[in-house]
Amino acid sequence: MNYAVEVRGLTVVRGGRPVVAGVDLVVPAGTLVGLLGPSGAGKTTLMRALVGVQRISAGSVTVVGHPAGSPGARHLVGYVTQAPAVYGDLTVRENLAYFASILGVSGSRVAAAIREVSLEGRAGDRVGNLAGGEVSRVSLATALLASPPLLILDEPTVGLDPLLREDLWSLFARLAAEGSTVLVSSHVMDEARRCQRLVLLRAGRVVADEAPAALLQRTRASDLDGAFLQVVRQLELPG
Amino acid sequence: MSLRRTAATAWRVLRQLRRDPRTLALMMLVPLVLMALLRYMFNDDRTVFDRIAPELIGLFPFVLMFVVTSVAMLRERSSGTLERLLATPVAKLDILLGYALAFAATALVQVGLVLALVLGPLQVTVRGSLLLIVVFAVLDALLGAGLGLCFSALARTEFQAVQLMPALVFPQALLSGLFVPRSAMIPPLQGLANALPLTYAVDGITRAASSTAFGTELLKDLLVVLLCWPLALLVGALTLRRRTP
Ligand SMILES: Nc1ncnc2c1ncn2[C@@H]1O[C@H](COP(=O)(O)OP(=O)(O)OP(=O)(O)O)[C@@H](O)[C@H]1O
Ligand SMILES: [Mg+2]
Repeated sequence: MNYAVEVRGLTVVRGGRPVVAGVDLVVPAGTLVGLLGPSGAGKTTLMRALVGVQRISAGSVTVVGHPAGSPGARHLVGYVTQAPAVYGDLTVRENLAYFASILGVSGSRVAAAIREVSLEGRAGDRVGNLAGGEVSRVSLATALLASPPLLILDEPTVGLDPLLREDLWSLFARLAAEGSTVLVSSHVMDEARRCQRLVLLRAGRVVADEAPAALLQRTRASDLDGAFLQVVRQLELPG
Repeated sequence: MSLRRTAATAWRVLRQLRRDPRTLALMMLVPLVLMALLRYMFNDDRTVFDRIAPELIGLFPFVLMFVVTSVAMLRERSSGTLERLLATPVAKLDILLGYALAFAATALVQVGLVLALVLGPLQVTVRGSLLLIVVFAVLDALLGAGLGLCFSALARTEFQAVQLMPALVFPQALLSGLFVPRSAMIPPLQGLANALPLTYAVDGITRAASSTAFGTELLKDLLVVLLCWPLALLVGALTLRRRTP
């Protein structure tokens, strides 16, 4: 089987506490996966481990067949940090052109990436003058430049209006349909119905890992928020 | 390492600098103002200004590039762009050399302006080689940028980064013999001065300004600065960690 993500027994200690505790996660290529969980659950930490910028305490992390963070892997993984990481004093186009040269992709990808995040009208504007949701889309566009087989997107839809959110989720679904593996974190459960698979994280552990429909059916909840509560309650039942 | 990535980074840094005209103006004008100020402070005794002018030509780019680089690097760290860059195939040296190239180019302009002022309106006569003065001044800028890259890792906030200058640069500048000749210092201070790279940078430019002869002393100064710069870059590369806790 061709796995895009293969995490075995991952433990990460941050600030003296295990914030990711023995996580196993295997994702086949071409899947749209939602990584969900309350604030502090360890979503960002797990994503950082997949990208290879997080120091880990135990376990192994393999992405697209390479150890996370290895030179081979860095060519194949696109990463969008939770806080937008772009240069505020450069324009949208200049930011993308810089990352395009770093990634070694042709200049024509710049305009395409700007289009994918619907920022055509702002291409010549300084990022520092954009609204928060626009900045995070610039950040997203830089990760799309190289069309990487694995995309790690940390809360890319926060602060966007429903219309744009819908557009982005359609984009993620399309990328997955074209063969990329897309891992999207969010704490809005409702968005996650667009995912083929949901991974619920709580206090550093995976508490559920299944398709949205299966999760709803198993918990007999009417929506995903309810399903998450149900999963957590079941865990807390004695015995 | 890749030429494309290094050049792209240098262009990006220069472009950012251009977008900040106030910083750019301060970088270019402050040395000119200080130069003119010192010239008229020592109005009665021209020999003092003639002596310190070359040292200052070397010192200004060093100090300025140290500050600018340490703040720029800190900003790159705290904005998350460094983490993002390090998650790409970029080599750490691509980033560091990109910064160094951008600031060397900036320093070249600055040194040109200072030289124009000193040789023109301020009427300092240089007996040595103008080319060597420029070479040393740019090397001083590179050394300042290299040390700034290293030490920016010590700073967590911009306040701390700015404090690095009085903490690390002033002592070096004082020990290099700017106010008191090194021969007049107590032996432990002389020893300390001999261990600091800025001493050789300042000595070199002074020597280059005073005579056209390319002696062994000048060669030693040049070699020390030429060796310290890549060393600073390598230490700087060690402070850039791809994996953080
Ligand atoms: N740099 C750090 N040093 C120490 N502890 C940290 C650090 N960053 C995060 N933590 C801790 O690790 C835990 C997991 O954090 P993480 O950022 O992975 O959560 P998250 O699920 O992404 O939350 P959110 O939804 O708010 O982004 C938290 O308890 C947090 O306090
Ligand atoms: Mg997070």
